[in-house]
Amino acid sequence: MKQKRKKIDYSKWGYIFILPFFISFFIFSLIPLVDTIRYSFYEYYRSGLKEIGPNFVGMDNFVSLLKSDMLKYAGNTLILWVIGFVPQIVIALLLASWFVDERLKIRGQQFFKVVIYLPNLIMASAFAMLFFTLFSNKGPINSILLSMGLTENPIDFMGTAFGTRSLVGVMNFLMWFGNTTIMLMAAIMGISPDIFEASEIDGCNSMQRFFLITLPLIRPILAYTLITSIIGGLQMFDVPQILTNGQGSPDRTSTTLIMFLNNHLKSKNYGMAGALSVYLFIVSGILCFIVYRITNDEDPDGSKAAAKKAKKAARKMERR
Amino acid sequence: MKKKVVSVLLLAAMAASTLAGCGGNSSGSQTSNTSNNTSNADSNSQAADTSNAGSDSQSGDAANADEGQVINIYSFNDELRNRITAVYPEIESTSADGTESTLKDGSVIHWIINPNQDGVYQDKLDEALNNQLSASADDKVDIFAAELDYIVKYTDADIDAAMTLESLGINPDTDLADQFGFTKTVASDQNGVQRASTWQACPGVLVYRRDIANEVFGTDDPEEIGKLTKDWATMKNTAEQLKAGGYYTFSSYADTFRLYNNSMENAWVAPGETVIKVDQKLMDWVTDSKEWKDAGYFDPAVKGQWNSDWFTAMGSSSKVFAFLFPAWGIDTQMVPNWDGEAGAWAVTNAPESYNWGGTFVLAAEGTDNPQHVKDIILALTADADNLTKISKEYADFTNAKSVMEAAAEDDSFASDFLGGQNPYTYFTPGADTIKMAPLSAYDQGCVELIQNTFGDYLQEQIDYDKAKANFETAIMERYPEITEIQWPE
Repeated sequence: MKQKRKKIDYSKWGYIFILPFFISFFIFSLIPLVDTIRYSFYEYYRSGLKEIGPNFVGMDNFVSLLKSDMLKYAGNTLILWVIGFVPQIVIALLLASWFVDERLKIRGQQFFKVVIYLPNLIMASAFAMLFFTLFSNKGPINSILLSMGLTENPIDFMGTAFGTRSLVGVMNFLMWFGNTTIMLMAAIMGISPDIFEASEIDGCNSMQRFFLITLPLIRPILAYTLITSIIGGLQMFDVPQILTNGQGSPDRTSTTLIMFLNNHLKSKNYGMAGALSVYLFIVSGILCFIVYRITNDEDPDGSKAAAKKAKKAARKMERR
Repeated sequence: MKKKVVSVLLLAAMAASTLAGCGGNSSGSQTSNTSNNTSNADSNSQAADTSNAGSDSQSGDAANADEGQVINIYSFNDELRNRITAVYPEIESTSADGTESTLKDGSVIHWIINPNQDGVYQDKLDEALNNQLSASADDKVDIFAAELDYIVKYTDADIDAAMTLESLGINPDTDLADQFGFTKTVASDQNGVQRASTWQACPGVLVYRRDIANEVFGTDDPEEIGKLTKDWATMKNTAEQLKAGGYYTFSSYADTFRLYNNSMENAWVAPGETVIKVDQKLMDWVTDSKEWKDAGYFDPAVKGQWNSDWFTAMGSSSKVFAFLFPAWGIDTQMVPNWDGEAGAWAVTNAPESYNWGGTFVLAAEGTDNPQHVKDIILALTADADNLTKISKEYADFTNAKSVMEAAAEDDSFASDFLGGQNPYTYFTPGADTIKMAPLSAYDQGCVELIQNTFGDYLQEQIDYDKAKANFETAIMERYPEITEIQWPE
């Protein structure tokens, strides 16, 4: 007893304080996750009020999913994500480098930062509903186009695959470019000003400065943006769901993977939905891994080295 | 150290007491609890049960003694609540937020309303019905509403989710003799035993714009217009005339769907089978719609129903001549979307008689308030005075032949929206000639999906065979047990 008192150890409080998170994670995330994987091997759905299953069927769900249009929906998801992500990252990079550029001295920076972030505050479903109304055949956009004489007949924006996909892309772009801009700004501001000054003395023009200094130095954050965006893109659901009324119309060209999943859940088909979720889990796992490797390994000043350094420093502090 | 032990104990005690609330009243060991809660409804009913067990009186008068205190009514909008509170005489007051009504005998109705959209209502209801056996008396579902599109799911005799009316003490042959025959047929299970009842029938009519009729045909008299819309062949000539005048006959192909759907010969899925047989009538709908759309009889800007384009088509700036609606459609869809002067519309016969929708009331198996449930169902669906009241106040076409026949003659039922016309003169004869298409538990999905997939075809996004294939894919997703889809011809 006496010996124990000698050393005061507060570390247990750390564990106690993080305990609520792990308990809730265990109950609300881990158990459902394991259950999802388990049910993916079962035939388990409801027909009316009758419950069918769970009957063990092995890999049947996975096989029949491969035979279905799953890959088409994966393609749709990818297309919708790219349409939204490419302009998003380009505009965000541009805005971020302008905002932090000392020489441009943009006025009202705070105001613009708030404004570009605003679309992200709207619920995605409300935003989609808004676009649905704006771009409907008798909606305001068509009225404006008609009265300006730009078209003779109302344009059926949501009637074509191109139109619907573009609208989804525009919405995702509008919702997320502000968020990305602010993240990239933080990254650029993290670069030591000495480097910029030195480059200017060496006669670097702004193009070179952007491509040769800013871009390589914010690579870890760019990678982070890419990872989160891919994962977010894989889970794309509410915007196309609401815009197309859950149909992914026309001809299911804007049906995303999660909308496909949702279709299975209408009959409470936990088996099939579980199998699809497992596929998604594997794909996002692989994607994360690839992106992580590409961006971190050959990075001379990347986060891995930095993380190691930080760890060493932390250990030293501890010993003291 | 001691302090710590005490505090841990206190914490544990607190946690245990809060969690104990979840356990419910089932345990009899909590002596201190039960003695405090003698007024508790549960113990009350238990006591009443035991006291009644000896006498075993089945007389209705004494029934209130062994009734539960809480009546749970599940529904998908406030339609049912409004009508029950309007006609059930036992209701004393309803709370301002509409979640509770107090009855004169002290028991309480809980209104549990979940929206129909995306199957939310059915999800919640199914959950509650599946827990019906284990739920405490106050949580049991007592009455629930079901729409025509999915009523078969709940009237299924094998599932036994809804009580037969006879076991409630309602004799369909005498008590509900005045109801329209087809509403009784669809409210019956596969053995022909009636398990649901409704206060409304939904015969559809054709609602048209008087100003357009005057301009194109030189008259807005419903009888004259009715001659022009009496069948599909005549309708086509009429459509050609309207087109020459610069008007559209209907807003879209979705509007005519219910007429074809209602005249199907066979159910989507025959009882006990897992094969969907698509009826020839629906293929007719596709080919006719294609023809009409190509001919320019539909407003090209409107795709389907329940969207803003469709609602705009009901406004004064629209060029759409007519809509196909039952009584509820006029009251809930056309009136709020019309922005011109009142009296601009009129009703006449549709090219084919049809029924669209209807809300049915079912008594949940296992209810602890059978007497109240019986009284409510009778008051709502069998009392001629109440039904007259509903027709007057909510413009419903109510489910009582005699009342509706009287209304057809009675000018006090005239509607301002229809320019003083009495719509019942067209509803009532329509109701008598309705032959309901046979229902199946798959109707809701089939109706929704066939309109969506062939909508793409009619919008010229995909070809006919692709639409068929898409329908098959979508159906298999929605109903995993379906093994095959058979197309006509």
